[in-house]
Amino acid sequence: MTDSSAQSTDPVVDMRGITVDFPGVRALSGVDFRLLPGEVHALMGENGAGKSTLIKALTGVHRPTWGEILLHGEPVEFAVPAQAQNAGISTVYQEVNLCPNLSVAENILLGREPRRLGAIDGRACRARAAGLLERIGLSIDPGSALDSHPIAVQQLVAIARALAVDARVLVLDEPTSSLDTDEVAELFRIMRVLREEGVAILFVSHFLEQVYEIADRMTVLRNGSLVGEYLPERTDRLELVSLMLGRELGTLEDVERRSEERKPGTAPVLTASGLGRAGAIAPFDLEIHAGEVVGLAGLLGSGRTEMARLLFGADRADTGTLSTDGRAVRPRGPRSMIARGVALCSEDRKAEGLIADLTVRDNLVLALQAARGWMRPVPRRMADALVDEYIEMLDIRPADPGAVMSTLSGGNQQKVLLARWLVTRPRLLILDEPTRGIDVGAKAQIQKVVADLAADGMAVLFISAELEEVVRVSDRVVVLRDRRKTAELDGDGITVDDVMSAIAAHDEQGTAVAS
Amino acid sequence: MNVLDLARVRNRVERVPRRFLPVIATFLVFVLTFGTGAVRYDGFASPQVMTNLFVDNAFLIVLAVGMTFVILTGGIDLSVGAVAALSTMIAAATLEAGWPPLASVSAVLVSGTALGLLMGLVIHFFDVQPFIVTLAGMFLARGLCFLISVESVSITDPVFRTMATGTITPVEGVTLTYSVLIALAVVLVAVYVLHLTRFGRTVYAVGGSESSARLMGLPAGRVQVGVYAVSGFCSALGGLLFSLYMLSGYGLHAVGMELDVIAAVVIGGTLLTGGTGYVVGSVTGVLVLGTVQTLISFEGTLSSWWTKIVIGVLLLVFVIFQRLMMRRAT
Amino acid sequence: MIRHRLFWPIVALVALLALNTAVNPSFLEIRFQDGHLYGSVVDILRNGAPTLLIAVGMTLVIATRGIDLSVGAIAAIAGAIACTWIVSGGGALTGMLLALCVCVLLGLWNGFLVSVLGIQPIIATLVLMTAGRGGAMLITEGQIITVDDPLYSRIGAGFLVLPIAILISLGVLLAVAALTRGTALGMLVESVGTNPRASRLAGVRSRTIVWTVYVFSGLCAGLAGLMISSNVNAADANSAGLWIEMDAILAVVIGGTLLAGGRYSLSGTLVGALVIQSLTTTVYSIGVPPNAILVFKAVVVIAVCLLQSPRTSALLRPRRRAGTTDPRTPEVTAA
Repeated sequence: MTDSSAQSTDPVVDMRGITVDFPGVRALSGVDFRLLPGEVHALMGENGAGKSTLIKALTGVHRPTWGEILLHGEPVEFAVPAQAQNAGISTVYQEVNLCPNLSVAENILLGREPRRLGAIDGRACRARAAGLLERIGLSIDPGSALDSHPIAVQQLVAIARALAVDARVLVLDEPTSSLDTDEVAELFRIMRVLREEGVAILFVSHFLEQVYEIADRMTVLRNGSLVGEYLPERTDRLELVSLMLGRELGTLEDVERRSEERKPGTAPVLTASGLGRAGAIAPFDLEIHAGEVVGLAGLLGSGRTEMARLLFGADRADTGTLSTDGRAVRPRGPRSMIARGVALCSEDRKAEGLIADLTVRDNLVLALQAARGWMRPVPRRMADALVDEYIEMLDIRPADPGAVMSTLSGGNQQKVLLARWLVTRPRLLILDEPTRGIDVGAKAQIQKVVADLAADGMAVLFISAELEEVVRVSDRVVVLRDRRKTAELDGDGITVDDVMSAIAAHDEQGTAVAS
Repeated sequence: MNVLDLARVRNRVERVPRRFLPVIATFLVFVLTFGTGAVRYDGFASPQVMTNLFVDNAFLIVLAVGMTFVILTGGIDLSVGAVAALSTMIAAATLEAGWPPLASVSAVLVSGTALGLLMGLVIHFFDVQPFIVTLAGMFLARGLCFLISVESVSITDPVFRTMATGTITPVEGVTLTYSVLIALAVVLVAVYVLHLTRFGRTVYAVGGSESSARLMGLPAGRVQVGVYAVSGFCSALGGLLFSLYMLSGYGLHAVGMELDVIAAVVIGGTLLTGGTGYVVGSVTGVLVLGTVQTLISFEGTLSSWWTKIVIGVLLLVFVIFQRLMMRRAT
Repeated sequence: MIRHRLFWPIVALVALLALNTAVNPSFLEIRFQDGHLYGSVVDILRNGAPTLLIAVGMTLVIATRGIDLSVGAIAAIAGAIACTWIVSGGGALTGMLLALCVCVLLGLWNGFLVSVLGIQPIIATLVLMTAGRGGAMLITEGQIITVDDPLYSRIGAGFLVLPIAILISLGVLLAVAALTRGTALGMLVESVGTNPRASRLAGVRSRTIVWTVYVFSGLCAGLAGLMISSNVNAADANSAGLWIEMDAILAVVIGGTLLAGGRYSLSGTLVGALVIQSLTTTVYSIGVPPNAILVFKAVVVIAVCLLQSPRTSALLRPRRRAGTTDPRTPEVTAA
């Protein structure tokens, strides 16, 4: 371990041909990845690209089906995370995985506390923790409770814990997603210190600015395969974004947009002005008209979902006003907005959408039923008619209203959730990633339904990570970056290239960290 | 860096009160109730009344210690009262059968711990809620009492009698029983285990966030099973102390005691969601309950059922208090 | 068929009845005398009526991921109020109505703690479980109050061909089944219990629903309390309805409703209550000490829980459904 920094050109971690299979899905196929000592290596890719799977293969959470992992040149196999930790690979996750009820020192040393005569030596604990905190330059009291600190500091404590095992490899899985600019600067300072000490750092972030700021090298994954390894100084942002999204630059063709000319109605269905929520999305203005599809584009973590939740009243806004049909509304939860004809199909199907134990019929009429109240049940005949209508219209399979929701495939579940809102005849339908993780056929159907709905006069806010899809279905595209609305592209000739440039545009005074 | 320095200063100020606030509140309630008694009744504020709180509640203290372990991990143990009753029964029955006292005591402790361990294993390996498993444990233990004997069995063993009636007078005017010493020893051991061993710290970690504890590579499963074994042991020991107090074994001993124990632990500032609480708090909780009982018996005109009502009200006040604290914290 | 969730409870019930018939061949006989039905089976039904009634209320509470520990105490309060009222010269009917009104208020209180203040159901109802019995003692002033009112005694001990208690419990069961399945209430309850977050986003008034089920549970407990007290023509604040909450929870769990909330089964609860009551009868008839029946209850509960545990089915059928997990089991999310 001591000589690893001396031969700094040999990789600490060398993963070769890693393939990970889940039941029915190949999450990762034949990916090579190497990590050199004393470098910050960014792992890039959109949702579902396989970043998490690769990290979990390295840290012993998943076992690769094929491929080998070399650590300091020796082949290793980890059955459980603890083994990887003992081998010097430490991981800090996006959500702080510490115990908020314990002290900072305990969180750093839990499970490996220094002991004297069998008892935990509190003084030695605090001293060791203080030493580790000092190493990363964090001046907090090791005896203080973890939850008395802001998330950013907790994140740094997690890094200190990772170092307590004498880690040579540090995996940082989206550590910055909930940090503000100053806090990110602090994190980067610590990462630089560790890099100087020869620690190999694997860094995952969705913020391009941050990657360009800190990374020495980048590996891009897409759809579970390796795209390649790149140097930040030789790859500009536009190129990187196109690598991640899988469209060769210059060969982007203008996708056929819906050609019919649409006259936006005079009064917008929904108007947001200065609407914002601290830590979620910066104040923004937005108008959506009847019969219009507004696309919301941006990388993961750019604030797409947060914007949707504010508009739906699922989260409370700190600032700004919201009005529907010109009348101001202060939402006190989703019901207020549902009553005004706004619907939201959540991105997190499992946690926020489906009622897994109930039938397709119950899931489909749930929103309608909730709006009517329990006293006025949707008559069975009406429910059956609605269910049959939407099963046919959306081609839901199995075409059995009595099937239990959890037995359906992802695409069919998504169609049921879409139908749940369609039966309420909303004026504005917000679709958050309606096509994620579903097969191509279902995807095309959903896109077509969106187009038809808009043609019938419904306003749609369409959120998707796939730019092609956004461009194809939208009349107008709103671009988000780093939790901020940065552009609104209007008019006929929007291309994927335009959107991509807007996403990748370098913002001079934006979130780039001033060092 | 300024941000972090500020955090440190604020943290210094907040640190002590935030973590100990519930326990301090419980202690204040204790002082308040005891003070009320001292002002209203002559002879209430005597050292003997104070020590009698411990004498009369020694078994409750031991049970509360075991329950604290379980609740700290976010679980619950409804079987403690029944296991205590079973312990009085096993002790009485084995002594009657002529076992030497030491063998009898060992049998009690082993069977209590084994029952706890068994419940822990079912909870952990079959993923059944602690509530229902320990409810079954409660039925099992009570039922076993009656399988041993339907009648109350009195304890005549001289060693037990001596242990029960023997007193110590450390200071003039204060008499303690051996039970009190045993209970205090259990408290000390529990404090040691919870705060100075890896097992104890893992108990807190599991209660704080089970998934984090797992990702940190801690033996979360072993601890989850372990706390029920600890609770089983404490229930058995508490049952032994109760058998000294009653000098009999009976299947209807300690009926409903699990509720008093849970109430004492919650009043003592331990959060039912796990991760926060102290054994000392639970002991204070027991003392509050004891003081309420003493107050009501001193009052004379008040019926004993007022105890239940007061305990219920105290429980309510503390739960709402904890709830508000948690809301402010998030 | 073995996959049906009532399979094991029904097997248990049939086994118990068979055992009884083997021990006592006249067990299944039902006599018709003076316009009344008599027999061991009728006794099982009659003695199980209060438990069944409380279990019906408990089923809905458990379906919303809750639990109501206070039902025994509420039952004691109902009996205490009715008897005290009658003894002090009031009419039986007004006394019972008064008692039920108070029980509804107590249910409102439980629901307030759970749905508005957000206190865990176990602890919120523990408050009333502890204080409630004290309250009942306060009403009866610690005495066992005996009443002699023909109307009052009919609730628990009267006959209308069948014992009136059975008719009331089954009536409530059917009414609840009709109400929850006839309106959207049942579906909304299951939806809130299965996925509270998704339900909120779909616009379901989950607070009102949770509140309602506690009120209903209080009402059921009150009615059961009247039955218990009327059966013995007395109010015993100390032991009326003692541990009945545990029996009711067992009945619900045996009936296949998961404590984790979601889908509930009223017919399952009926089977569960019958299993518990027949178990009691069986134990009496084979000559085990009455209190030792608890051992058998424990065995039945553990057996049913283990058979229903997803882990057990995974162990028994490792190949058939590998990879499917209960969506509610919290997963260790690492990314």
